[in-house]
Amino acid sequence: MNTEGPAREAILNHIRLALQDVPAQEQPDAVVVARDYRRSESAPREEVIERFVERVAEYKVTVQCVEETSLQEAIASACAAHRVRRLVIPPDLPESWLPGGVELLQDGDALTYEQLDTSDGVLTGCALGIAQTGTIVLNGGTHQGRRVITLLPDYHLCVVYEDQIVNLVPEAIARLGDAVLRHRRPITFISGPSATSDIELNRVEGVHGPRTLDVLVVRTYFRTPDERSSLRQV
Amino acid sequence: MSETLSPKQATHPLPTFQVSAKQALANTQLRRNLYKATHTIRAKRAQVVGEMPDWQELREAGRALKERVLRHLDTYLLELEASVQRAGGHIHWARDAEEANAIITRIAADHGAREVIKVKSLTTDEIGLNRALAANGINAIETDLAELIIQLAGESSSHILVPAIHKNRAEIRELFLSKLEVDSLTDAPNELANAARAHLRRKFLSTPVAISGVNFAVAETGTVCVVESEGNGRMCVTLPRVLISVMGVEKVIPSWQDLEVFLQLLPRSSTGERMNPYTSLWTGVSQGDGPQEFHLVLLDNGRTQVLTDTVGRQSLNCIRCSACLNICPVYERVGGHAYNSVYPGPIGAILTPQLVGIENASSLPYASSLCGACYEVCPVKINIPEVLIYLRGRAVRYKQRSRSLRTRLNPESVAMRLMARTFASRKLYEQAQRLAQLGQLPFQHGDVIDALPGPMGRWTAMRDLRPVPRQSFRDWWRSRQAAHDASEEVRS
Amino acid sequence: MNISLFITCFNDTLFPEAGQAMVHLLERLGHTVDFPEEQTCCGQMHYNTGYQREAMTLIRRFVNIFSQAEVVVAPSASCVGMVRDIYPRAAEQFGDHQLAAEIAALMPRVYELTEFLVHRLGLEDVGAYYPHRVTYHPTCHSLRFLHVGDAPLRLLRAVRGIDLVELPEAEECCGFGGTFALKNADTSMAMLSDKLRNILDTGAEICAAADNSCLMHIGGALHRQRAGVRTVHIAEILASTEERSLV
Repeated sequence: MNTEGPAREAILNHIRLALQDVPAQEQPDAVVVARDYRRSESAPREEVIERFVERVAEYKVTVQCVEETSLQEAIASACAAHRVRRLVIPPDLPESWLPGGVELLQDGDALTYEQLDTSDGVLTGCALGIAQTGTIVLNGGTHQGRRVITLLPDYHLCVVYEDQIVNLVPEAIARLGDAVLRHRRPITFISGPSATSDIELNRVEGVHGPRTLDVLVVRTYFRTPDERSSLRQV
Repeated sequence: MSETLSPKQATHPLPTFQVSAKQALANTQLRRNLYKATHTIRAKRAQVVGEMPDWQELREAGRALKERVLRHLDTYLLELEASVQRAGGHIHWARDAEEANAIITRIAADHGAREVIKVKSLTTDEIGLNRALAANGINAIETDLAELIIQLAGESSSHILVPAIHKNRAEIRELFLSKLEVDSLTDAPNELANAARAHLRRKFLSTPVAISGVNFAVAETGTVCVVESEGNGRMCVTLPRVLISVMGVEKVIPSWQDLEVFLQLLPRSSTGERMNPYTSLWTGVSQGDGPQEFHLVLLDNGRTQVLTDTVGRQSLNCIRCSACLNICPVYERVGGHAYNSVYPGPIGAILTPQLVGIENASSLPYASSLCGACYEVCPVKINIPEVLIYLRGRAVRYKQRSRSLRTRLNPESVAMRLMARTFASRKLYEQAQRLAQLGQLPFQHGDVIDALPGPMGRWTAMRDLRPVPRQSFRDWWRSRQAAHDASEEVRS
Repeated sequence: MNISLFITCFNDTLFPEAGQAMVHLLERLGHTVDFPEEQTCCGQMHYNTGYQREAMTLIRRFVNIFSQAEVVVAPSASCVGMVRDIYPRAAEQFGDHQLAAEIAALMPRVYELTEFLVHRLGLEDVGAYYPHRVTYHPTCHSLRFLHVGDAPLRLLRAVRGIDLVELPEAEECCGFGGTFALKNADTSMAMLSDKLRNILDTGAEICAAADNSCLMHIGGALHRQRAGVRTVHIAEILASTEERSLV
């Protein structure tokens, strides 16, 4: 029995009846929403990046700042430190990132869940970072790949460029909107490894999802202040 | 498994709060667990909210956005429908629990599912989805650790956010040893979490149909948002072929930008974190990434009825953060089961009677001392004390209009009406004062009254009462005035 | 200033000394006071218990009685909360626009005692003397509905001879909640249990507050337990001097 047609009409009618106190000609934006909260907050870039590093680290994430020229080495070291022998990578990762000495599983023709589950880790970039909350955001864009590759492997190594870091949550939302409106990109906010506080409210890291998250923040210490203050496009 | 609520069951009055609370208060393990849990979360929330210089501005924006949505709910739901469909998803409308369950069961059955994996969703608890699926031979596997715990224990949730808050680690260990495939286990939280992880991993990788709830659904873009901590949400909304999300119609928000408000209000209010570990936002279906079939079920189940009430309607602002539960001195001591509802605590005390009918939950609006702490912490500014008092008015009027004479003339109602008449006249009021001064004599032992009959006995069961003074304030005032006038006379 | 006293049915009948103290205090500060004898009750108990229709008579009565007052002061945060917070809502609920207008005109002139002294009169030292160890319980109404803030504490700190000690977890509700103390007596008592513990932990002799309703609840249990601690309304402390030690 298909009840959905009548259900739709019934619910909409019920809503209209319920809202008889709302004048018929009132438009939704007649209800004023005062956006007096901080929508952006300019702070020195150095401060923003430091805050990001600090707050990501508070989630028991290992954060390291490296220069572009040392990135590949840092990636290789991290993989070695976590005994990563089989590393999942999105198909568009730059060659210059790729560490030697590990078997690379490129997610070009869609690795199976089995393959992803039995890998040792995954390496990606990100869409942006949020300093205020220590959050990394993935939106399936450049250097990120599809969602499952950062979900099944037990170790996630994420590269964040300093010009991908914004200060506040509203700034992040604003920058992510375009890809959603135009390309319907799915988005994942990651703030530390997974955790539960269900057992007597003791926070336990790593229930599902990668139990270890490492972040490499790529600094360009020799950029001019002007160059520093421009953010990379999402 | 206790009965969960639904307006369809409106002919079943819930057990009274007083009775359930009394039982809960005597459970010392529960009391200790609740104390620890609520005080821990309170401190965390206070810390991260204290960091925010614009917290009050965010709360106001949250409230205003909800007001905007509710006043134009039909417009926004239609916009959401169009957006989701444009993005390749399917929309279903369900008037009540039965319809919602039928829709979901059909989709699961159409895909030949014998099992489905679930992310914790209060909405699915509300409609009794698991039971309905089971009745059709489909096993719903809860994947949140706490939901897993209570599912294995055959119990029901006692807290919106931390459903197994009433269980300590020793109890959980015992449960896992008996119900999961583990040989030995300590009660260390990380070992318990690992046991759950291993058990559920197999399910995540192999179950083709998943069911989730919805924290927010954006009308402008058709984006659905799930906020979580453990990663089971990500598993459920990413791995299966088919995803069904169930949302109460009030969960819609107008535009993409509005997430900037709610994604700040929710984590800080619920788990007391700057941001929860994982938030997933997806828009319809994405080629080659995640489920290729997406269904969004829009559920009414009494919400449009709540919408009708211009005072009660603000209850629909709720974003299910549980800040009110965590701050409530009543909830802290009785726990969630005492409310006999899927929605406990302060929000439950106002939402439940509106969803199931005041006649079936008339004790809930009284489950509060009106201390106002909940209103202070509510991120969307629901004036819970105001709605509680308003619902008490509805409860009283319901009794006053009862067909049963006994109900109409219940002792409280008689006493209140009598007192109202007494207070409305100075003469009657002063007479009543005299009466009290005299009438207390049989109960007065020296300087104290320690045993009163009838309902007043509930006071003296645990507290002494100072006797009514023989001279009231007005007696003193009058004699003072008289003495003053007399001395004036003498002087003149 | 000519101050109209709103004593409250509660204080009038059960705790006249709080009203008396307020009279002594305000007169000592140089004001004249009057007591409109027609007053009985503000209607809070009825309204909050759900008998809103019945409360309307009492609300109208109150507004009439005090409509011409220069200023109205009460030794009760909960009753003033009723007037300022609920009266406007009640008038709206029953569609009485005339009453709503009268309430709007009256509200700015109605004060709880401590907020009157500190916020309206700008006083902190009222010349009081009270040589006892005292802990202060901020009642929910004064804290969250009237927002008296730290007015009571500022007044108490200026009292000579007082040994004021901070109450742990002060902002926790004591569990009175009006008819809640009877309708949900068990939960009420569970809440009171922790409030008592905190009071006893301070080693204070006296627990003070701006509301005798909460104090009746707290004091009643302290007395039952023979705890050796008693409750006193803040008005009585502020009215107490070397010459006239009230309590």
